[in-house]
Amino acid sequence: MRGTTKRRVGSTKDEYAIRLENVCKAYTVGIPALDDVSLHVKKGEFVFIVGDSGSGKSTLIKLLLRELVPTSGKIYVNGMDLVRMKRHNIPKFRRRLGVVFQDFRLLKDRNVYENVAFAQRIIQMPNREIRKNVPAILSVVGLAGKYKAKPKQLSGGEQQRVALARALINKPDLLLCDEPTGNLDPKNSWDIMNLLDKINSNGTTVLVVTHNREIVNAMQKRVITMKKGIVVSDEEEGEYIDED
Amino acid sequence: MRINTLFYCLGQGIRNIFKNKWFTLASIATISACLFLFGLFYSILQNFQYMVKTAQEGVSVTVFFDEDISEARVEEIGEMLKRRVEVRDIQYVSADETWENFKEEYFGDTDYAEGFTENPLADCAHYDIYMNDVSMQSTLVTYLEALDGVSRVNRSAVTAQMLSGVNSIIGYVSIAIIVILFAVSIFLISNTVTIGISVRKEEIQIMKYIGATDFFVRAPFVIEGMIIGFIGSLLPLAAIYLLYNQAMLYVAERFPYLSQLMQFLDVNVIFQTLIPVCIGLGVGIGFLGSFTTVRKHLRV
Repeated sequence: MRGTTKRRVGSTKDEYAIRLENVCKAYTVGIPALDDVSLHVKKGEFVFIVGDSGSGKSTLIKLLLRELVPTSGKIYVNGMDLVRMKRHNIPKFRRRLGVVFQDFRLLKDRNVYENVAFAQRIIQMPNREIRKNVPAILSVVGLAGKYKAKPKQLSGGEQQRVALARALINKPDLLLCDEPTGNLDPKNSWDIMNLLDKINSNGTTVLVVTHNREIVNAMQKRVITMKKGIVVSDEEEGEYIDED
Repeated sequence: MRINTLFYCLGQGIRNIFKNKWFTLASIATISACLFLFGLFYSILQNFQYMVKTAQEGVSVTVFFDEDISEARVEEIGEMLKRRVEVRDIQYVSADETWENFKEEYFGDTDYAEGFTENPLADCAHYDIYMNDVSMQSTLVTYLEALDGVSRVNRSAVTAQMLSGVNSIIGYVSIAIIVILFAVSIFLISNTVTIGISVRKEEIQIMKYIGATDFFVRAPFVIEGMIIGFIGSLLPLAAIYLLYNQAMLYVAERFPYLSQLMQFLDVNVIFQTLIPVCIGLGVGIGFLGSFTTVRKHLRV
């Protein structure tokens, strides 16, 4: 790992939700999007990944989702080797993840209930279980009364809660959030972050990619700072470091 | 796979049909138009082939025998001919029957024939040979001419060659038209499906991100495609059925002499083949179109 790092990693593999070993990712010839990145996230941790545009945050998320494969290096998520992973095993791997995006990515033609239930349908959960689980998770995110609403009838914050409910319903080991507050006002941003904190306190590993300085500085969590494809800082209870 | 997953995919497929009305209509219209043209050409070509076949069936080769041939040898030649693959049917016409036929054809109701006290065609007993395929006529004639006891072989080489040529042309034209129609159909349908599915690319990506298998994502699209293909094949079938019957009625009423000259196939005979072929093509095109187009978006 390059740059300033105060964390030490030396435990057994099973302790980690995420392990990156000397990962490089280059899209074309020139500056790599990720350059020899090594980082480890323990199970149950809450980690912020921060950095300006072009720092490699999005590439990192895509690699962790196995949307991309690295040019070199090794990636393990939930103990699974993503580099060697066969294409047909990707769905099984993703079912153990929860993913939240900046633009919510809800199925626009389906209501709140169906959007959340969809994550259970793909794991072939029986209908009676779905009928039990969906209202329960909607209560957790505070949307029990809006299960019939279509996404366009909801505010940005509410849509993100639906996305969060969908990410959580299959009880993932790891929750990946790519700019979850990017489209939200400060109040809704804090609501979402508090929910993520609560989810983390129940044992789920949470990795949040964000630009939100106020939240990062206030939450006093581990902060990994990236710049031009390398990790420049990795601190417990860290702060958002300005590029300048 | 769980039964409720199967029903879910089926339900989603049917739901998509109504959800994406314009895409559904455009796809059905495209498939219908292509299959309508296909059905139309198929019906026309089938009729042509039927007419040529009917004409071919009337073309015969006539074999005359030596004057001193025994009846046993004539029968033997008959048995040998029946065993030939190119021979569909043979008919023995005795000298007396030949004379009767001649009189009927050339003298009609007149009494000109009464002047003949003996059969002037006494040496004209013969076999009329009808063939399965007139293009093999020359092979058969060569064989016949080499037979012991055969004095002369009459054939209609020009008619046989013409019919055989027409048959070949119809075959080539059929293949060419069908190939062109298919190329156009596949191009139009894949464009329609591509446009329809690119709108839903985001939906496919979301499904993939949250762990849906390719099958789970693809199944509703494929079911939708197959239903659209099925509906798209029924419409042209109904249209061709009505059109064909109307055309037959029109020809029979307006051009009765044409009906006497040419025999058209019954609509039911054509539809015995056209229904399964059209439905198979419609469903197959729907399946392939959706299957291959969704595949492009599955690599997420």
